[in-house]
Amino acid sequence: MAERAARWLIVAALLALPWLLPMILPPHQAQFWTANVFGRAIVFGIIALSLTFLATYGGFISLAQMMIAGTAGYTVAIFVDGAVPAIVGGLSYAAAVPLGLAAATLMGLLVGAIAVRTRDIYLLMITLALAMGVFRFVETNIAWFNGYEGIRNVVGPRLFGYDFRNAYVFYYAALAVAGLLYGGVLYLVRTPFGLVLQGIRDNARRVAALGYSVALHRILAFGVAGFIAGAGGVLATIYNIGISPGSIGLGATVNILIMSVIGGLGHPIGAFIGALIFVVFDTFAADLYDRDRFNTLIGLVFLAIVLVSPDGMVGVGARLRRLLGVRHAAA
Amino acid sequence: MLDVRDLHVRFGEAHILQGVSIALGGAPLAIVGRNGMGKTTLCQAIMGMIRPSEGEVTLDGRPLTGLPPYRIARQGLAIVPQGRRTFASLSVHEHLKLVSQGRGARWTIERVYETFPRLAERRRNGGTELSGGEQQMLAIARALLMNPKVVIMDEPSEGLAPVIVDQLIAVLRALPKDGMGLLLVEQNLRVATEVAPEIAIMVTGRIATSLPAATLAEDIEIQRRYLGVAAGGHH
Repeated sequence: MAERAARWLIVAALLALPWLLPMILPPHQAQFWTANVFGRAIVFGIIALSLTFLATYGGFISLAQMMIAGTAGYTVAIFVDGAVPAIVGGLSYAAAVPLGLAAATLMGLLVGAIAVRTRDIYLLMITLALAMGVFRFVETNIAWFNGYEGIRNVVGPRLFGYDFRNAYVFYYAALAVAGLLYGGVLYLVRTPFGLVLQGIRDNARRVAALGYSVALHRILAFGVAGFIAGAGGVLATIYNIGISPGSIGLGATVNILIMSVIGGLGHPIGAFIGALIFVVFDTFAADLYDRDRFNTLIGLVFLAIVLVSPDGMVGVGARLRRLLGVRHAAA
Repeated sequence: MLDVRDLHVRFGEAHILQGVSIALGGAPLAIVGRNGMGKTTLCQAIMGMIRPSEGEVTLDGRPLTGLPPYRIARQGLAIVPQGRRTFASLSVHEHLKLVSQGRGARWTIERVYETFPRLAERRRNGGTELSGGEQQMLAIARALLMNPKVVIMDEPSEGLAPVIVDQLIAVLRALPKDGMGLLLVEQNLRVATEVAPEIAIMVTGRIATSLPAATLAEDIEIQRRYLGVAAGGHH
């Protein structure tokens, strides 16, 4: 009984921790950590969540998720009022953000439909090809995407009178979005749709024999992942006060994959753990070693984690628990 | 209900099914035969998992040939496949939720738990944490929950303890009461003859002969010739 209560207490504390973080931090550091570390980690975590969702429950590893996030970001930047240069403009955030989410969902469905018959390494290559195709197109198209420079001054809305540029407002808004999406994923995988998805990962032929269209469910899963990535893409664009082709390039695409693998593809929480570790190293690489050596550093971290625990930090947690459990049983 | 007419399956040069015809009515039909005679191929071809090169499959007069497996399943055909039968990621209860058609249906999750109390006890266990017999019960329950017109079972007694086989026979014998057709593919002659009144014997991709269960159970000579067993029963 006491053990059960203790477990609930730990879960409650972990759930409360992200909300209290800005208050726990020392005052002179709070703003920096909230904006540059935790805020960014949550935004990246949402985009990584879309990949982790597909990989954990469907067994699909997609390299198109950053591009899909960018689809939402670009859609908002193109249509929202005040962006520079003004491409279409005229819409408020209340209208542009849903439009961006719809565009990302559609892009997700499209990627899913194109990749529907491929698996494993071929799925990886086809999603990478799609991502790079969109990246090159955006980089060279001036009329719609302003080419290499991208679109600036996407400052974000005022939320109930609070300015989105305030680091704490952004952090809590992003945290709420992340919480909703994370809860949504956990709920979705318990529904028949989510069960079919996990069945496809185990054995697609058998799922078909139970009367479910494997192709349709795969495409829908990519649509769901597209929506999640889109939410991350909108937040990332507001965080960066704009969007440029670099944010959907090869580097950004690979970063999302690294975060997901560091965190672990066994549970959706891994996306956020991986994003946090990645952002911490990204932020402090300059202090630790040398800004230019960030790739070496994160590469070593990646190697160390994957060698110690092939299923990422989520796997480390499970391993520790098993180890402690064994000790507990022995004592 | 289920009609198979002159079904052929070829894998390249190999002619696996060489014109199989069966007509399944209200009573269960069992197909027996040695390994490698094409029994599993027949099941998979009927279910659309393998494309036949010739022939036709109809269910209540409606053609199934050429449809993808999920469309065939929705027409009212369910399969209990041979071998490892459950999903590793899903618990027992999730397996059932996946195919449950809700409260109005003839077979509901509640009825499954009443019929297979062992599954109710293990509802939280993962699909691969179950014993062979429990996995088989789960695969059968999953097929029943689809409330199909016809269920195809590919060697359901394979690897089961004799006590479990007796339970299996009882469950299968009760299926016609629900108006469910049963095409039973078996190596275990006792299961086949106790469940189905009529037995078809398959030899190298053809139905060699078809005879009443009682006749086959007693005719040692036919058993030896077609099945290579001396007596019906466990082997």
